Amino acid sequence: MVWRRKDLLGLRGLSHQEIGKLLDTAVPMKEIIQRDIKKVPTLRGKSMVCLFYEASTRTRTSFELAGKYMSADTVNIAASSSSVVKGESLIDTGRTIDAMGADIIVMRHSASGAAQLLAGEVKARVINAGDGAHEHPTQGLLDMFTIREKKGKLAGLTVTILGDILHSRVARSNIWGLTTMGARVRVCGPSTLLPPEIAALGVEATTDIEAALRGADVVNVLRLQLERQQKGLFPTIREYGRLFGLNRDRLRLCKQDVLVLHPGPMNRGVEIADDVADGDQASIEEQVTNGVAVRMAALYLMMGGNNDGVGN
Amino acid sequence: MALVIKNGRVLDPAQRIDHVLDIRVDKGIIVACGPNLADHAEESDQIIDATGKLVIPGLIDVHCHLREPGGEAKETLATGTRAGARGGFTALCAMPNTSPVCDNQTGVEFLKSRAQATGVVRVYPIGAISKGLQGQELAEMGDMAECGAVAFSDDGKSVLRADLMRQALSYATMCKRIITAHCEDKDLATDGAMNEGYWSTLLGLRGLPAVAEDVFVARDILLAESVGAPVHIAHVSTMGAVNLIRQAQARGVDVTGEVCPHHLALTDAAVEGYNTATKVSPPLRTERDRVALKDGLADGTLTILATDHAPHTPEEKKREYAYAPFGISGLETAWPVFWRELIESGILTLHQLVAALTIHPAKRFGLPGGDLTVGSAADITIIDTGHREKVSLDGWQSKGLNTPFLGWELTSWPITTIVGGTVVMRDRQMLI
Repeated sequence: MVWRRKDLLGLRGLSHQEIGKLLDTAVPMKEIIQRDIKKVPTLRGKSMVCLFYEASTRTRTSFELAGKYMSADTVNIAASSSSVVKGESLIDTGRTIDAMGADIIVMRHSASGAAQLLAGEVKARVINAGDGAHEHPTQGLLDMFTIREKKGKLAGLTVTILGDILHSRVARSNIWGLTTMGARVRVCGPSTLLPPEIAALGVEATTDIEAALRGADVVNVLRLQLERQQKGLFPTIREYGRLFGLNRDRLRLCKQDVLVLHPGPMNRGVEIADDVADGDQASIEEQVTNGVAVRMAALYLMMGGNNDGVGN
Repeated sequence: MALVIKNGRVLDPAQRIDHVLDIRVDKGIIVACGPNLADHAEESDQIIDATGKLVIPGLIDVHCHLREPGGEAKETLATGTRAGARGGFTALCAMPNTSPVCDNQTGVEFLKSRAQATGVVRVYPIGAISKGLQGQELAEMGDMAECGAVAFSDDGKSVLRADLMRQALSYATMCKRIITAHCEDKDLATDGAMNEGYWSTLLGLRGLPAVAEDVFVARDILLAESVGAPVHIAHVSTMGAVNLIRQAQARGVDVTGEVCPHHLALTDAAVEGYNTATKVSPPLRTERDRVALKDGLADGTLTILATDHAPHTPEEKKREYAYAPFGISGLETAWPVFWRELIESGILTLHQLVAALTIHPAKRFGLPGGDLTVGSAADITIIDTGHREKVSLDGWQSKGLNTPFLGWELTSWPITTIVGGTVVMRDRQMLI
C-alpha cells in the first residue's frame, strides 16, 4: 500500500489499511530509536517546520527528534516568538513557511479545524499535532501502537477513555482510530464533560466509572485541565479525583492484565493515582518512546517512503 | 415618460390579486393596474415585457446589516442596497449595530441621508434599544421614532437585563414601534461557534445550545405579555422557539417571528470542513429544527421571512472557524433559496411566500409598501420562476462574499427590480 494523502489531519476517515500501514511502519522506526547511533539518512535534504501555537513539550520534541533521527532539517516556531504576535494570520504565516521551501509543516493550534485551513493554503504537507478539541492523530496512533505492542492486537479489545472527553482531541482521535481498527470504545467522565451525542461516534458513553472499567483491556486516562473547574464544569478538583480518578481499587475492576495509558502531562492524585501511574500496568513512558516512532513513520510515509527503504 | 410592465402574472397578496395584468407607473407611482394597459401606451413610454414572469410587490427585508457607518470594509449603503436590489428587495431595514451605534436621532438622520444619497433601494433605520448596545440604559427611542426609526433592536446580542428589556418593550409600544428581539442567553452560549450537538462534538467546536435561544424567546414573550407589548422574534432557528411562539399566540400574545433562508436550507452538518461561510448567529441547527421552522411557516406561526444579511470581509472570514465572525451575506440569494425550500417542497403557497416578504413585514413594522395598490409608490419586483442560475461571485454586489450557497444551482430568480418607478435591475443586470 502506498500512502496517498497529502496531509495527516485526523484519524477520522482513514481506512483500516492506512492506519495499519502507519502502525506497521512504526515498528522498524522504534528499532532505530533504540540503536546506539540514532540516525538514518532517509529524510536527508527534507525540511520540517514545527509551528506551535500552543505550549507543548513532549509533542514538539517528539516530532523534532523524529525528524532529526531521519536526517531531516528541522525548525521550530513558537507562536509567542514569531510574527504571530505582530498580528499575522495563520494563512500568511503558513504561506511564508511554504515559500521557504518547507516539505512538512507540523502544527499545533488551539482552534479546531486550523490544520485543515492551513493544509488548504500551502504546498507543504501538513501534520496536525493537535487542533483545538478536534483531533491529535499522532497521539491516537501512538496510543494504538502501544496497545498493539502490549496486547498483540487491537480488534476485539475494550478500551475505556476516562476523563474530560468534551475538550479532548486525544479522545476523538482515539475513538476514530480504535473503532476503525475494530476495538470497542467506552468513554466515561462527569456528565458535564461528556459532549452531546458522543455515542453517535460509535462508542458507549457512561458516567458510571465502575461500569466503564469493568472488564476493560485498556484504560486511557485523560489529563484534566484544572481551569475547567472555574467554568463550573465540576465542583472541585478533590471531588473530581474522588469520583473519576483512576486508583488501585478501581483498577481491579478491569481485566487483570489491563494496560493503563495517559497522554501526559499527568496530574498525579487527580485523574490518576500515583501508584497507578507508576504501577506495572502503566506504560506511560513507553508511550513517549512510541510517540517518536509513529511520528517517524508518519513523516516517512508522507515523504513518499515505503517499508523497504527503512533502516539503511 | 411612463413605465408599463406588460403581460405579467401580477400577484399581490394584500389585494388578493393573481391575474395576468399590466401595470402603469408614472412619476414613481403606480397609476393603473389592469388588463391590456400596454395597448394604450404612448410612444415615449418604457415597456417591460413580463410575459411568463411573476410581477410582485418589491420585497422588504426587516433584518439586515448594512455596516455603514464604521464597517465600510464589510459593506456600505451603496453596496448593500445594490445587493438588495439584485436580490429583488426594494426596502431594507438596517440594524443599528454600526460604529457608532445607531442609538440616537443623529444616527437615524445620518443613515437616512446617506442612504438617500448613495443607496438604490429604500432604507429604514432600526434604532438601538439600549445606548451603545450596552444593555444598561434605554436609548432615546422617542426621538428616533420621530425622525424615522421603524423599530428597535439590540440585534447581535440580547438585552441581558430583564428589567431593561421589559421597560424597552413598554416604552417602544408607547412610541408606536415594535421591538425585534435577538434571543440568546449569553451565559449559555459563551464562546460557542456552532450548534451544540453531534457535529460540534465531532468537529471539536464549542457549542451554542438551542436552549440558549429558547430561554430568551420564552423570557421575551413573557415580558412582552406582561406589559401588553407586541414583540417580534428575530431569526427564529430552533424547534423550541417555534413551539414557544405558537403557544404564546394561542393564548393571545402579540408575537411574530421571522425565518432566514440559511436556517431553512442548511443544517449544522454543513459546518464539516470548517467553511466559515457557515458560521452564523444563531447557528445552523439540526434537521429537526429545520423541519420545525417549515412547520411553523406552513401553519402560520411564523409569517415573516428575512435575510439577516451580515456581510464580512474575506480576510475576516478566511481564518480559523472559532475566530471568524458570525454572519452570512444573504440578500442576493434569499429569493431562490426560499423558493427551493418553501415552494418546490410545497411548504407554502406562492401567495404565502410573497406575503411573507412583502405585506406581512410591511404591516408588522409599519412600513409603506408591500402591495401594488394604485396610488402607492412603484416598488415592484419581477421574478422569472424558471430562470436557473448557479450562485457565483460574478456580478455579486455585496462586499460580503460570505455565502454558503456558492456553486448551488438554484431556480427562480428576481430579474427586475423597480424602486419608486426607477428600474434598478433589469434582466439581472444592474442599471445603477
